[in-house]
Amino acid sequence: MDAFGIFLILLAIGFFAGSYVEKKHLEDLHDREYRTRQLKVVNIGAKTRIPEADRAKLFVGSVVVSSDYFKTFVAGWMNIFGGRISVFESLVDRGRREAMLRMKEDAMKWGARQIVNVRLETAELSGRNNSGVVSIEVIAYGTGVQ
Amino acid sequence: MNDRPALTRSNRMLLTTLEGVPGRKIVKHLGLVQGSTVRAKNIGRDITAGLKNIVGGELKGYTELLQEARQEATQRMMQEASKLGANAVINIRFATSSLTQGAAELFVYGTAVQID
Repeated sequence: MDAFGIFLILLAIGFFAGSYVEKKHLEDLHDREYRTRQLKVVNIGAKTRIPEADRAKLFVGSVVVSSDYFKTFVAGWMNIFGGRISVFESLVDRGRREAMLRMKEDAMKWGARQIVNVRLETAELSGRNNSGVVSIEVIAYGTGVQ
Repeated sequence: MNDRPALTRSNRMLLTTLEGVPGRKIVKHLGLVQGSTVRAKNIGRDITAGLKNIVGGELKGYTELLQEARQEATQRMMQEASKLGANAVINIRFATSSLTQGAAELFVYGTAVQID
């Protein structure tokens, strides 16, 4: 009975705190995306020549995001029934946007006009006890040109 | 346009994800260079991360850890490139893989070149 109580408390904390953290993060992402909207990001450039570019530098943005207790629980159930796991869709989306923004902000500080040949990569960092907790690392990297 | 003091200093290594360096000509290809590092998470960070797993969100400790590790891997790649006499590394790619639970390998590779 005690264990069940703790489980319910953790689930509640996960749900309320998790939604709060997610809402704050999404607002923050929205603001920062608006601020960096002038900087063009493209993933061509490897084979296409960029004649107007004069200087280039590598920029990397990375972030590790983790699911909350509630999301982990829901995803566990979804694994039985199948279908879309929308709780994790929003998680990886947040990670990707955050990584991209960090790269863009760095490049803007340097004075980049655009970022070319951008690559995105996702890696899963499995937890120590493999309890189904999902934490993923997203990295975005590209070449800023002036 | 022709004087770029920051870049003409010989020990500056240029890194790009492109197949060349914009505005410069590649004189010589020197082959593939790579750098990698394997990092384990430490206990202090694991405890805070464990708490964070309840509420979710960014795990800042891990972000920093992996950033440092990636810098080290890049540093190693640059060392290898400068040993070959390169002054730029082009077409850089990053890769991350978790080897065992609690350890991650960060890997970076590219082509070392000499530019004018």
